[in-house]
Amino acid sequence: MKLTFSIRGVGALLVAAALLFAPLILAEQNYLLRVLITGITYAIAVYGLNIILGFTGQLSLAHGGFFGIGVYTMGLLTTDYDWSFWSALLAAIVLTTVVGFLAGLLALRTREAYFAIFTMALGLIIYMVISRWEDVTHAYSGVLGVKLPEDIGPLDFSEPATYYYLLLVFLAAAAYVTYTLRVSNVGRRLLAIRTSEDLASSIGINVGLNKQLAFTASAGFAGLGGALFASAEGFIGPNSSSIDLTFELLMFLLVGGVATVMGPIVGTLLVLMLFEAFQDFQAYRFILLGPVIIALVIYAPQGLIGRLNQLTFYWKRRRAAAQKTAAGAPEQNSPADPHDEKTEVR
Amino acid sequence: MLMQVRGLSKTFGGLHAVEDVSFDIAEGEITAIIGPNGAGKSTLFNLITGFYRPTAGSVTFKAKDITGHPAHRTAQAGVARTFQTTKLFEHSSIAENVLAGCAAGSRSTLIDAVFRTPRHRREEKASMDKTLELLEFTGILEFKDEIAANVPHEVQKRAAVALALATEPELLLLDEPAAGITEDETARFGQLIRQIVARGVTVGLVEHKMSLIMSLADSILVLDQGRRIAWGTPEEVRSDPRVIEAYLGAGSQGSTSQEDGIQERTPGQGA
Repeated sequence: MKLTFSIRGVGALLVAAALLFAPLILAEQNYLLRVLITGITYAIAVYGLNIILGFTGQLSLAHGGFFGIGVYTMGLLTTDYDWSFWSALLAAIVLTTVVGFLAGLLALRTREAYFAIFTMALGLIIYMVISRWEDVTHAYSGVLGVKLPEDIGPLDFSEPATYYYLLLVFLAAAAYVTYTLRVSNVGRRLLAIRTSEDLASSIGINVGLNKQLAFTASAGFAGLGGALFASAEGFIGPNSSSIDLTFELLMFLLVGGVATVMGPIVGTLLVLMLFEAFQDFQAYRFILLGPVIIALVIYAPQGLIGRLNQLTFYWKRRRAAAQKTAAGAPEQNSPADPHDEKTEVR
Repeated sequence: MLMQVRGLSKTFGGLHAVEDVSFDIAEGEITAIIGPNGAGKSTLFNLITGFYRPTAGSVTFKAKDITGHPAHRTAQAGVARTFQTTKLFEHSSIAENVLAGCAAGSRSTLIDAVFRTPRHRREEKASMDKTLELLEFTGILEFKDEIAANVPHEVQKRAAVALALATEPELLLLDEPAAGITEDETARFGQLIRQIVARGVTVGLVEHKMSLIMSLADSILVLDQGRRIAWGTPEEVRSDPRVIEAYLGAGSQGSTSQEDGIQERTPGQGA
């Protein structure tokens, strides 16, 4: 096998390296590390949103709600019911997946704008249940003392850096699943549905089933993100399931780039860092961020990573064309990794 | 008989789009469906391929009743189709389009892909090989890395055929494959259709260009206002007085295609 130099691979490695070394660099700044930890839990949920919105093309506005279910499953089970972190984590994933599956059965009967409206209503219902069902969720009093993961051998997760690395493992898994989707038949089926449902079903793709599976998996990831968020924060309130959160997750994804592998993490951390930078402006930060996002939608509707992928694709093609004319004949006609030639650039 | 259609009907509100149509598609042959605009040709296609549910009647494919099956099941059973307005995954490359056709039939799950099981790798390799073979077969291999939206119309039409063939159909239904391409291109497309049949795929097509139909078709079904007015060999159909009255008009071939092709831009046609 020939070692191929891939710009996109190098980019992904750079991001991975930055994330790996962050705790060392931020050793003195626990606050920034905390922001990073929160960001990664959001990013995991954004990877979930990416499956249904990025790949399958369905705008789900219920993901803040699914995140909230994850948050509260972790929060309530580890406090009021004294479950361990790991069993509560498993329960959170299972519960959001099941809720996602059931919600999908209804929501996916609708399309496009109606799907968005339906899922938004669903998100609002989840928020209302969490913020009003005082006997169970403690409503606005919140839940205090959500457990951190129990020690595994020498690993003590009350150390922020250790917890951070645990989160990185989950994040890497989410990114890897997304990468797998990009380069496999499963993902191709979803992307086909996004482009044209009629064409997809004409070639034998079960549109309903694939959407249902995508939505279910998507909800599961949101729940995982929520559960990790609850544990990281220690204290939770109903705001962690609000519709505002849905739109924040959506913004992270759009900034980073839909249907890309690195988009969710880059978009999430970038926007969160901007939030931090504009912290002093408090309520006005959206006035500053608004134009940034509008500019992004106009000039890079495919998101930052989407735009970068597009640029490298064109660059590679130009170079390949130049090589061809220079060599006279196509000497190495195809790169070792055909997936690198992905032209999916939205 | 590969496909048997019996008494197929579809009403939209009070409109009888297709009414009591029966015909057969014989294996290894080319069956053409013709008729004036609004005759119900595309509706008939949509009924056969599961995009519409018939109001009455039955569709049998390989001796199995597939009436009212959803589109994806019909496709999985071995009936592929193209669309009148050429549909492609337009933001993807030509090769990616055909790969999507392979992906549709693949049985590997996300679990296979995540753990890169042998099945997954075998399928990936097979999909890639099949894609290249089909691009070669349809004569568009050189466009494999081009974005579908950017290639010439003729290439798009051929890519749509390659995509449909990637699902390994036994019956391929082409909805106006020659709409909007020049005479030369149409002739070459006729050549391609013959090669498809030589591959062992039965072809059904809706088409307006009589030159193409008369030279290709083994049997022709003529529709008018949703009803079957003739069904037979090209010779039989050509001499059928009802066909002449409803569609061909005074025995002139080729010239009638103009008014029927009005919705499409048909540069160079008949000129």
